[in-house]
Amino acid sequence: MIKLNCEDVRREISNYIDNDISPVNRKLLEAHLEQCQYCAVLLDSVHNVLVLIADERRFELPAGFGTRLRQRLNEEFADFKSKRP
Amino acid sequence: MNSQGDPEILEQERRLIAEILAGDPERFYELIAPIEKRVYFTAYEILQSSTEAEDVAQEAILKAFRGLATFRGDSKFSTWLFRITVNEARMRLRKNKEVSLELLVADDGETVYTPIQLADWREIPLETVVRKDLADHLENAIASLPLSYREVLILRDIDGINIVQTADILGITVANVKVRLLRARLMLRDYFVSENLIRASTTVGAKRK
Repeated sequence: MIKLNCEDVRREISNYIDNDISPVNRKLLEAHLEQCQYCAVLLDSVHNVLVLIADERRFELPAGFGTRLRQRLNEEFADFKSKRP
Repeated sequence: MNSQGDPEILEQERRLIAEILAGDPERFYELIAPIEKRVYFTAYEILQSSTEAEDVAQEAILKAFRGLATFRGDSKFSTWLFRITVNEARMRLRKNKEVSLELLVADDGETVYTPIQLADWREIPLETVVRKDLADHLENAIASLPLSYREVLILRDIDGINIVQTADILGITVANVKVRLLRARLMLRDYFVSENLIRASTTVGAKRK
C-alpha cells in the first residue's frame, strides 16, 4: 500500500470529517493517523472547534425578532390578499 | 449526493407553496419556521452585526414571499432562501464598507494551507460554549476568516447544509466548496492556537513543511 504523507492527510482531512472519502483513502489516512501524532492532534483539534461552532446554544435570536418579523409578514399577507381578485 | 433533496419533501413543499399562492399566505410560516433562526445567523456571521442581520433576514424572508410564484421548486425552498440571504448580506456588506468584489474571490488554487503544527491539544469542553468568553472567541475566530471562506464555513458547518447545496447557494463548484472549506476549517482552528486560547504545546521548528 502507498503510504500517505502529512500533506496528503491535510488535503483530505476535511473530506474525512465529512465522511466524503473513498474506503481506500480512509484506510490509508487512518493508518497514517495511528503513526503520526501531529496529524492525529490536527484532526482532533479541528473536530473540536467545529463541534463548538455548531453548538445550538450559541444561537439565540434577538429579543422580539419573531414579533417584528411577523408584523412585517402580516402586512405583506394583507397586501397579497387585497391584490387578489 | 443529491442536490435536489428528497423528492417527497420537495413534493410536499410544492403543494404547500401552491396553497399559499392560492390564497393562504399565513401558511408561509410553515415554510420558514424551521429555518428562520439559521437565516438570521447566516446573515449575522457574514455581517457581524445583529441590527443588520435582522434587517437582512427580514428582507430575505419578505423577498422570498414576494417571489414565491417565481420559485421553480427544483431545489429545496431552504436552499433558495439561503441564496437570497447570502446575496442580501453581501449587498449590504458592499454598501457599508465598500468591500470590493475582489474580496469575494477566493484563491481556490491547489496549494494546501499549512496549519500550525501541534504536539497536543487540550480539548475545549463543549459545556464551555455557554461561557461568554468562549462564545466571544468563537465569534472572533469566525470573523477573522476571509469572507469567501467564512461563507462556506457558515453554510456547511453552522447551517449544516450539504456540500452540493452549499455550492448551489454560492454559485461555485463543489470542488471550490471543498477547497475553501478545508482552508476555513484549518484557519479557524489555527485562530485558537495563534491567539493562545488553548493550552497546547507547539513544536519548535516544524519538521515538515
